[in-house]
Amino acid sequence: MQELTVPLNHVLFVSTLLFTIGMLGLMIRRNIIFILMSLEVMLNASALAFIAAGAHWGQPDGQVIFLLILSVAAAEVAVGLGLVLQIQKRFKTLDMDNANRMRG
Amino acid sequence: MLELTLFYIASIVALSATVLAMTRTNAIHALIYLIVSLLAIAVIFFLIGAPFAAALEIVIYAGAIMVLFVFVIMMLNLGERGDARERQLLQPNVWLGPAILSLILLVELLYLISTVEGPASSGSVSPKSVGLALFGPYVIAVELASMLLLSGLVGSYHLGRRFLERG
Amino acid sequence: MQEFIWLIPLLPLLSAIFLMGFSSKLPPNLVACFGTGSVGLSAFLTCNLTLGYLKDPDLLTVTLWTWMRVSDLNANVGFHIDGLTIVMMMIITCVGFLIHLFSCEFMAHDKSYARYFAYLNMFVSAMLVLVMSDNLLLLYLGWEGVGVCSYLLVGFWYQHSSNGRAARKAFIVTRIGDTAMMLGLLVLFTEFRTLDIQSLVSSAQARWQTGEFISTLACLLLLAGAAGKSAQFPLHTWLPDAMAGPTPVSALIHAATMVTAGVYLIARMHGLFIISPHALLAIAFIGVGTSLMAAFSALVQTDIKRILAYSTISQIGYMFLALGVGAWGAAVFHLMTHAFFKALLFLGSGAIIHCLHHEHDIFKMGGLWRRMPITFASFLIGCSALAALPFTSGFFSKDLILLSAYQLKEFGPILWAGGLLGALVTALYSFRLVFIVFFGPIQTFPDKENGWKISLPLITLCILSLIGGYFTLPLNSLFPIEQMRHPALWVEVVSIITPLLGVLIAYMLFIRGPTRVPKLLTSPHENRLSHFLFLGWKLDELYDRILVLPYTHLTSILLHEPIDKLYNAVVLLNQKLHALFSLSQSGHMRWYVVSIVIGFIMLLGIAITIPKGLSQW
Repeated sequence: MQELTVPLNHVLFVSTLLFTIGMLGLMIRRNIIFILMSLEVMLNASALAFIAAGAHWGQPDGQVIFLLILSVAAAEVAVGLGLVLQIQKRFKTLDMDNANRMRG
Repeated sequence: MLELTLFYIASIVALSATVLAMTRTNAIHALIYLIVSLLAIAVIFFLIGAPFAAALEIVIYAGAIMVLFVFVIMMLNLGERGDARERQLLQPNVWLGPAILSLILLVELLYLISTVEGPASSGSVSPKSVGLALFGPYVIAVELASMLLLSGLVGSYHLGRRFLERG
Repeated sequence: MQEFIWLIPLLPLLSAIFLMGFSSKLPPNLVACFGTGSVGLSAFLTCNLTLGYLKDPDLLTVTLWTWMRVSDLNANVGFHIDGLTIVMMMIITCVGFLIHLFSCEFMAHDKSYARYFAYLNMFVSAMLVLVMSDNLLLLYLGWEGVGVCSYLLVGFWYQHSSNGRAARKAFIVTRIGDTAMMLGLLVLFTEFRTLDIQSLVSSAQARWQTGEFISTLACLLLLAGAAGKSAQFPLHTWLPDAMAGPTPVSALIHAATMVTAGVYLIARMHGLFIISPHALLAIAFIGVGTSLMAAFSALVQTDIKRILAYSTISQIGYMFLALGVGAWGAAVFHLMTHAFFKALLFLGSGAIIHCLHHEHDIFKMGGLWRRMPITFASFLIGCSALAALPFTSGFFSKDLILLSAYQLKEFGPILWAGGLLGALVTALYSFRLVFIVFFGPIQTFPDKENGWKISLPLITLCILSLIGGYFTLPLNSLFPIEQMRHPALWVEVVSIITPLLGVLIAYMLFIRGPTRVPKLLTSPHENRLSHFLFLGWKLDELYDRILVLPYTHLTSILLHEPIDKLYNAVVLLNQKLHALFSLSQSGHMRWYVVSIVIGFIMLLGIAITIPKGLSQW
C-alpha cells in the first residue's frame, strides 16, 4: 500500500515543471494578457508545492497558505486586468515592449 | 494503484495543457488550455488529500479568476490582428535564451527536491481542520488577505472606471 | 565737561551714517555742512576738554558700558583721557577739521561728494576711538576702523583699477602688521588676563624682569603692528602707492593721523617697552633705517605726492628713533609738528594739483611762486619745517630727537649720525621740491584761483607749523623724565648746521646752476642707482618675487582644485557606473524578468553549494 501512494517528490517535480514553464512564458511573451497568465501558472505551481507539503505532514497549514495565495492571485489579477485596460487605451497595443517609458 | 495512475495522468494533462497555453497565439485558446491545466491540478489536490483546496481551485481559480480574463479579453475585442504578431514573436531566437535559463533553474530545483522522500499524503485533511487553522492561529493573515482583496477591488475599480468612462 | 566726552567720536560717526544713508539725495552744500560741521563740533568739544585739562590736569576715565564679558575677558567701551590722548585728539579734530574744510572745495566737483565725506567722518571717528580707548581691544577696533577707512579712501576713485590695486595693497600690507598686533594682544592677555592698558602696564612692570623673553616677544609683535600702520621698514611699501587717493585724504590719513597710530601705540604702551631693551633698540634701528631709505627714495621721485609720501615715511622713522631711544615726549612732539607741516605740505600740493589739471609731475610745474603766493608761502614754511630749519616747529622736535639719540649709551652716536644724514637728505629733497615747483620757467599755467576754503586751512597750518615748536605738551606726568645731560656744543652746532647745508646744496644745484644738476636727481630712469632709489629700493619687486609670485603660483594651482580632483573622480566613477547600470533599466519588462531569473539561479546555486560547506563543520 505504501508504494502505491503518490510520492512527495513526484508532486514537487510536477510543481517545479509547472513553475519553470510559467517562468519561460513570462520571459518570452510580450502580450500582457499572456504575462498575467504566466503569473497565474507560477502562483498555482507554488500553491501545489504548499498543498503537497501540508498533505505530507497531515497538517492544514498548507491549505491555509493556498487560500492566501488564492486571494493574492485574485487581487493581482483584478488590478492587473485593470492595467491591461489602461495600457490598451494608452498605447493601442498590449505589447509590453512599447510601454517602456520607465527606462533609466 | 488507482491513485498513482490518476496522479500521473493528471500531471501529464496539467503539464501539456500549460505548455499549450503558453504557446498559443490566440488568448481565448490559451485561456481554455489554462482552465484545463487548473482542473487537472485540482485533481492532484484531491488525490493527495486536500479536497477543500481542490474545490476552491475549481470554484475560484478555474471559475472566477479565469472568467475575469475572459471578460477582459472580450472587452478588448482583439480579434485576429494580434495573432500574426504573436506568431512572429515565437521564433526560436526569441525563446532560446530564456529556455536555457529556465532549464538551468529547473535542474537546480530538481537537484534540491531530489532528496525529498516519503509519501505526499498522510490521510485527508478535512475542511474543518482548515477552517479551525484559518480562524485560529492564522486569523491575522485572513484579515490581511481581506484587506488585500479590498484594496485590489478599489484599485481595479479605479483603473477600470476611467476606461469605461472615456473609452 | 567729562559727561560729553563720548560725543567727540560719536558726532562724526553719526554724520557718517547719515551721509551714507542719504548720500544721493542731499545737496552738496548740506553734505559739506554735515561732514565738516560734525568734525568742527568735535574739535570745539576737544578744545573745551583741553582747556579744562590744562587748568586741572586730572586723569579722566569714563566707562560707558561693558562691551563683552567672556570668562576672564572683560572689555569695556571706556575712554581714558590723559595728556597724550589730549594731544592726539587735538591733532585729529583740529587738523581733521581744517582738512575737511579744504576738501569742501577740493572735492567740489566730484560725483561722490557725500560718500567722500562719509568715509572721512568715519575715519575721524575711528581714529578718535583709537586714541581715546582705555583698553587694547577697543583700541584695536579703532585701529581696524581706520584701516578700513584708509582702504575705502585710497580706492575712492575706484573707476581706475590701479587705484583699487593700491587700496588693496595698503590694506593687505597693513593687515600683516595688524595680525602680528593681534597676536601681541593675545600674548598679553594670556599673561595678564586683562587688556586694560593701565592695569596691563602696571602688572607687566610688576611681574616681568627686564629683558625677559616673553616681554620682548609681546613688544616685538606690537612693534610689527605699529610698523605696519606707520609704514616702517619692512612694511612701508604701501604708503607711496596709497597716494592714489584724493590729496586731502593723504593729508589727513597718510600724513597727519593714521600713520602716526603706530607711534601713538608705542608711546601709549611705553611702560611695557621699557621692560624690553631689545625691542627698544629694534625700534630705534628700524626708525633710523627707514628714515634714511625713504629720504633717499624721496630724493629722486618726480611725483609731488610720492615725494611727500616718502618724506612721511622718513619723518615717522624719526619718531620711531625717538621712541627707540626712550625720548617719548620728543616722539609725540615730533608727531604733532609733523602733523602740522606735513598736512600743510599735502594740502599745498593739493592746491597745486587742483589748479594744474591734476598734474602730479614736478618737472611739469615751475615758476608758480608768482601765480600762487599763498601756496608758495605754505610750501616754503612747510618745507622749512620739514627740513628743520631753525625756529620752525620741525627744528625743535627734530633737534630734540637727535640730541636724545646722541645720549643713548651704546649705539647713540651711530643713531645720531644716521639721523643727521637723514636730516641732510631731508633738507635737500624738500628744497629740491620747492625750487623745482616754484622757481624756473613756468611749464603749466594754473587755470583757476583757490577759494577761501582752501586758503584758510593753508594759512592756519602755516601759523601752526611756525609756532608749533613753542607749544608745551602736557606730557610731563605721563612719561618718565629723562636726565638730559647737556651734550657737547659741537653736537648741537652740527645738528643745526646740517639742514642749512642741505638747503645750500639744493640752492646750488637747482637755482644757481640748473645745467649742472646731476642727471641723478632729475631723470631717475637713466641711471641705475637713481632708478633703484626711484622704485623704493626695489622692495616691491623683492616682495613680489619672494611672496606674491609664489602665492599667485600656488593659487593658480589651487584654482584648478587639485584636491577636488580626487572627489571629482569619485563622482565621475559614479556617473559612469550610473550610465552603465541605467542601460539595464531598459523599460522592457521581459528584460527585468530575465534579470530576476538570473539572480534567482545564482541564489539557488549558492543555496546548493554553501550548506555543504557549512555542514562540514
